[in-house]
Amino acid sequence: MPKRVSPIDIFNLLPKTNCGECGEETCFAFATKLADRKVDLELCKPLFEEGFKENLEKLKALLRPAVLEIRIHSPSREVRIGGKVVMYRHELRYDNPTAIAIAVSDTMPEEEMLAKVKRAEEFKYSYIGMDLTLDMIAVRCVSGDPDRFGERVKKVAEATEMPLILCSYDPAVMESGLSALKDSRPLIYAANKGNWKEMADLALMYGCPLVVSAPGDLNLLRSLTKTLLEYGVEELVLDPGTYPDEGLKTTINNFTMLRRCACELEDELSGFPLLAAPIVAWKGEEDPTIKAWKESYLACMLILRFADIIILNSIETWSILPIVILRQNIYTDPVKPVSVEPGLRVIGNPDRNSPVLYTTNFALTYYTVMDDIRDLDCYLLVVDTEGISVESAVAGRKLTAEKVAEAIKETGIEKLVDHRKIISPGLAARISGETEELSGWEVLVGPRDSSGIKDFIKKRFYGEG
Amino acid sequence: MEKKEREDTISKWLKDLEELILENFQMEVDRLELILQPQVVKPLLERVAPAKPTELLREEFKPPIREYPGQVVEVVLGATRAEGGSRCRSITIGGEKTPAFYLFEGVQPHRPVIVGDVFDMEISLPKPVRESLGDVLSDPAEWARVYVEKYGVDMIDIELISTDPLLKDTPAREAAKTVEEVLQAVDVPLIVGGSGNPEKDGEVLMKAAEVAEGERVLLSSATLDLYEPIAEAAKKYGHVVLAWTSLDINQQKELDRRLFEYLPRERIVMDPTSAALGYGIEYAFTVMERMRLAALWGDEELQMPMAAATSNSWAAREAWKKAPELGPRRLRGPLWETIASLTFLLAGVDMFIMLHPAAMRTLRDVIDWLMAEGEAVKTAYEDWVSMEV
Repeated sequence: MPKRVSPIDIFNLLPKTNCGECGEETCFAFATKLADRKVDLELCKPLFEEGFKENLEKLKALLRPAVLEIRIHSPSREVRIGGKVVMYRHELRYDNPTAIAIAVSDTMPEEEMLAKVKRAEEFKYSYIGMDLTLDMIAVRCVSGDPDRFGERVKKVAEATEMPLILCSYDPAVMESGLSALKDSRPLIYAANKGNWKEMADLALMYGCPLVVSAPGDLNLLRSLTKTLLEYGVEELVLDPGTYPDEGLKTTINNFTMLRRCACELEDELSGFPLLAAPIVAWKGEEDPTIKAWKESYLACMLILRFADIIILNSIETWSILPIVILRQNIYTDPVKPVSVEPGLRVIGNPDRNSPVLYTTNFALTYYTVMDDIRDLDCYLLVVDTEGISVESAVAGRKLTAEKVAEAIKETGIEKLVDHRKIISPGLAARISGETEELSGWEVLVGPRDSSGIKDFIKKRFYGEG
Repeated sequence: MEKKEREDTISKWLKDLEELILENFQMEVDRLELILQPQVVKPLLERVAPAKPTELLREEFKPPIREYPGQVVEVVLGATRAEGGSRCRSITIGGEKTPAFYLFEGVQPHRPVIVGDVFDMEISLPKPVRESLGDVLSDPAEWARVYVEKYGVDMIDIELISTDPLLKDTPAREAAKTVEEVLQAVDVPLIVGGSGNPEKDGEVLMKAAEVAEGERVLLSSATLDLYEPIAEAAKKYGHVVLAWTSLDINQQKELDRRLFEYLPRERIVMDPTSAALGYGIEYAFTVMERMRLAALWGDEELQMPMAAATSNSWAAREAWKKAPELGPRRLRGPLWETIASLTFLLAGVDMFIMLHPAAMRTLRDVIDWLMAEGEAVKTAYEDWVSMEV
């Protein structure tokens, strides 16, 4: 389990003026939030004034998570990576969802490159009331030409608000890319055995975080990390190498070992965000569909195994969708309740002839249904199934005809509508007969998936079309 | 000496020193005024910044290896002729001594197994599944044969859902015949599942257990609502029980304790429910991960192998919905099931009940790669930075 920093230790280093500038009434309240990692230290303005310098440094050290948090930004958008406190999500939660970067190369035709950037920027999937999106663009230098790279980096930056990763092992190329950007803090990929000194100089000169790359060689990765820290580069990202296929064993091992060292052994040289490059699946002569398939599952495995940032080539929705959804799922706060309050929900402006539907109080079922009926006028009965989804609740006797009949009675829905028809989830078809007997209401068995509800209501409830 | 001059001289003495030790020092003065100005103190306290390294500083990485007091028990499924059954082989699952695929700490003792999911009546299955299996969905024995012969599954799960009184209400005796047919059609170990109806499942699984006597099938499933007849059936006819709960570790422990009254731990497999990607997979992942960690830290009530039904993936609308903007269904659906299976693999699941052959194939490939013997393979690292795509 993670050590929780004591709010008192934090409080003792704060200005203790209760000035309220941070939005909290007292410094102690702010300290408590800091201990829970719910707020940023920057909110305490006085702390950054002269005289608190020493305290600020102490606080930063006190609050440093097991995995350093690193900020990467464009002129208008910031992405944070790392900042992890725990190895397993049930120990607290995972902060800073794995950043997803889509790669473009400097040899792509310009139109094509900009079109890909645009697709990445516009990717959006609406999921239980949230928009799932992509985070960054990685510009790869394939040409080996510093001028071309610089020019392309400039074009990309003009085309997107997303922060960038600049990818080249050649310091001259990297410098050209860095100097093409304004008011930005891109991530530099990467320092390796051959170029670390020049890359470190660039990272220091431009004030950017730096990826340390040592594929398949943790001794080298550690040596480079130590060296770069001594050199004065404080913000590092570790790339232990991403290998597909036969190399999966090495990949999974290395990511897991590094994260355990950081979180459970408090090893400082491992306490940096991890970069994964599922894009390696694109080598070779296989069919592009197979490559995208491989890249997608590799990305998912590495999100589960601690990657803080991943670089992808495919921009196809079918291959990206499971990645963004898995990321959202895994980064959900695990103490968030599984169930919602049972009872009656009024959707839109229903009248005495509006449809009545029922569902379970499993949060995911509930939000999915709510999303599908949000622009209807109807009533929704949320039946208490102890937070179990429809199918499992029917199988496990948590959703029964008795419970539905009871919900109809308790919510007083009978007084709100003149008809006696209730639409049941399609997956609860089994209990419809018994429900009719017990409640006296007619049950219309709805679609198996709530995306079909609107159409169902139109045709079966209102008898249109 | 003038005051100013004295101060300067002292400052000069102290300037390049980190420490000043005075031995046998005596000073006779009326009044000593020693004012150390910050600019004098500073060089004293501030360490000179170390020179930037010019060479690589060598460091060694030590694998962070742990030892765990607990271990997952081994469960054997299926019985050969020599063992009193008729299967071509028996399969052992479990036995882990480390978290899932922490290969730096130890080997994975047994391969996780892939089970083909077969139903005893035609049910509505998404198009990509129907297309990959062909015209066998109304013939469970043939369906099982396609899974075994064409797709190489390790086991078959025959789910007797038609016995549900609200579906076809097939009598237990008749359902048992389907089990016999499947036992004859394929020679891999079996899972036999009821419909999930607690009024009917006891009878159905008891009869199925009887006709499969000695085959060491996995009876699916015992729940907190209904476990006695299933545990009895397993005990009487030499089978194994699947203990199914709904994403709740305490309920799993409770059910396991009750089953211990009938069966040893080597005759129980746990299924804590495998929600679909996008539909609660994180709860399933975390419950499984916690159960496995608890097992390794010594919780005997959770030291049995785990099963997951990734067939559930097809409940996710992203897997089957006709939505051209999301890309082709023939890829989306199987990928959905693939990723669910890999998620559970990394949580510690030992047995996967699956529908789509493409998902089975990727899972099998990944297991092969992860379990390859010897030192971890270091394939040539593809320089993805300058690769032409």
